[in-house]
Amino acid sequence: MAEEIRAESYVGFDSITQQIEHKLLKRGFQFNVIVVGQTGLGKSTLINTIFASHLIDSKGRFASDEPVRQTTEIQAVSHVIVENGVKLRLNIVDTPGYGDQVNNENCWDPIIKYIKDQHSAYLRKELTAMRDRYIQDTRIHCCLYFINPTGHALRPIDVIVMKKLSEVVNVVPVIAKSDSLTPEERERFKAKIREELQYDNIRLYPFDTDEDDEEEVQLNAAIRNIIPFAVVGSENNVIIDGKSVRGRRNRWGVVNVEDPNHCEFMNLRNFLTRTHLQDLIETTAQIHYEAFRSKQLLALKEGVNQRPAQAQQ
Amino acid sequence: MSKMQISGRRRGSKIKGIQFTLMVVGMSGTGRTTFVNTLCEQEVLAHKIIDSPETANVEEVVTIRPVNVELEEDSVRISLTVVDTPGFGNNIDNEHTFQEIVTYLERQYDDILAEQSRIKRNPRFRDSRVHAVLYFISPTGHALKEMDIELMRRLSPRVNVIPVIGRSDSLTPSELKAFKKRIMEDIDHYDIPIYNFPYDVEEDDEETIQDNMELRALLPFAVIGSEEEVEIDGERVRARVYPWGIAEVDDPNHSDFVRLRGAILGSHLSDLKSLTEDVLYETYRTEKLSRTVADHRQSQVLPEDLANQSVRLKEEQLRREEEKLREIELRVQREIHEKRQELEAKEETLRNLESRLAAQGNSMASPY
Repeated sequence: MAEEIRAESYVGFDSITQQIEHKLLKRGFQFNVIVVGQTGLGKSTLINTIFASHLIDSKGRFASDEPVRQTTEIQAVSHVIVENGVKLRLNIVDTPGYGDQVNNENCWDPIIKYIKDQHSAYLRKELTAMRDRYIQDTRIHCCLYFINPTGHALRPIDVIVMKKLSEVVNVVPVIAKSDSLTPEERERFKAKIREELQYDNIRLYPFDTDEDDEEEVQLNAAIRNIIPFAVVGSENNVIIDGKSVRGRRNRWGVVNVEDPNHCEFMNLRNFLTRTHLQDLIETTAQIHYEAFRSKQLLALKEGVNQRPAQAQQ
Repeated sequence: MSKMQISGRRRGSKIKGIQFTLMVVGMSGTGRTTFVNTLCEQEVLAHKIIDSPETANVEEVVTIRPVNVELEEDSVRISLTVVDTPGFGNNIDNEHTFQEIVTYLERQYDDILAEQSRIKRNPRFRDSRVHAVLYFISPTGHALKEMDIELMRRLSPRVNVIPVIGRSDSLTPSELKAFKKRIMEDIDHYDIPIYNFPYDVEEDDEETIQDNMELRALLPFAVIGSEEEVEIDGERVRARVYPWGIAEVDDPNHSDFVRLRGAILGSHLSDLKSLTEDVLYETYRTEKLSRTVADHRQSQVLPEDLANQSVRLKEEQLRREEEKLREIELRVQREIHEKRQELEAKEETLRNLESRLAAQGNSMASPY
């Protein structure tokens, strides 16, 4: 282990953090998120609420002449949001019509395939002899999984899909439209869900690594206690106590989306954008992509080894 | 003797409520159980208890279970049978669960068809035909899902279907209005014949027309249910308490619960029953009979004969069992008879021995 020396006078290399920041600010950041869940759970609204902009339209069926059975075409919608000189390039992948049919066998396959395809595309670009300086990153950094606010437990389809997703992407479960649950019902529901997730060994983000310091470990533990986030989304504003906040005015009161007593939207928003944004991007590259990469390269090697053997035969 | 008189008096004085069978269909979490318990003002159905994660999402079979409860609505006694359909729509593939519900409805019709064709009818036969199905739609806010359209379409030829939006708490008034409109448009577009409080402009009186028009405009009914009471302004009301307000079950501004209850258990109960008995059942009966007549060449038995056959089979079984019992009786009697004969024979030999001994004893004594 190298001994740490303190220079006799100020050198100035600590400005490298600003140099990096300067470079990164010019380049901008890329964040890709996929939303998965049944129609009508408020996926599009929530994304629009988190980023405080109208980014995606609901893929729901709003007219009788729209077909019931939609082809699960999975497409990304791209936006660039700028805040204080920081450019965030956002890719949002919405998944329509999932789990709504009579027979939902394998309806999750297109979604898993899409996620793997992004890893695959990145790998290919990485392995090219003449590769780009900065490979365009379309790998999914975060999957928001929407749970129906039934108040009972997870459905068989939820368990299967979350398990498969957690193997390829960072999964963050969310209870949508949680303004239909009273606080007691909500807590009971969340406890049941956490129990089930543990029982089924579903690995959810955040993961603890050796690099984390005390503060980060505590933060992660706190996040794990709140998961799944019980949220309410709204693109409309309401006036509460003279302030204009995002909320919903229903028949018996006004739900303030930004009030932590009403729902956990602020927790989710801060988690995704203020505390764990960089970590989500990094773990996708270091854990999920690496796992995919090693499997692919091993498979390639196997293929290469087999071919000369076959040629000899 | 006196005991029988008393019981007879008791039986005679008990007024039996009007019989009505209501089925509730919908995915778990749409508020079926809470609605039924709210409707009956008591815990009729048990909530899904998930104790351990192991049993939490095992793929379920639909278990259709009827429960009886006595109610009183507007001082009229109603003997309500609630048929719950837990497990519906929760599986990954729900095709067979649909069929089970339709089969259940048809089986009730089959039972009464068979009963009516019997030579000797059972006076205690219980008519278990379903008079109305409340179909619970998830409050997505969009329009109907494929599952909803499919199932309502399959159910409506056999039963009166009334669509209901369960757990409508999360919808704002404007969202709810738009949602209801879209659902009705879908129902119209896909030709789903639901029970829409029919009225005849020429025959019915003003009040009836008005009433039916209002109920029709409320479709699908947006309900919230609660089994808990809270105190508001000194009164105990059934409500759900949120951090931002209190939703009252019986407040018509908050939910359509009161109007729905009044309609199905009150004003439209007899209409629902007569539609079931006079129209839906008759249609089924005709379909079934004409279907089998057309297949007669394929040597299929007429359903009436089938029904009689099953009745006859049961009678046959009873007769066979009676015969067996009689045989056992005869056998036992024979054995007794044989044993008695043996006993008598033995007694004879014993008596002979005794007399011989006595004779010998005498002859031995005489020489002296």
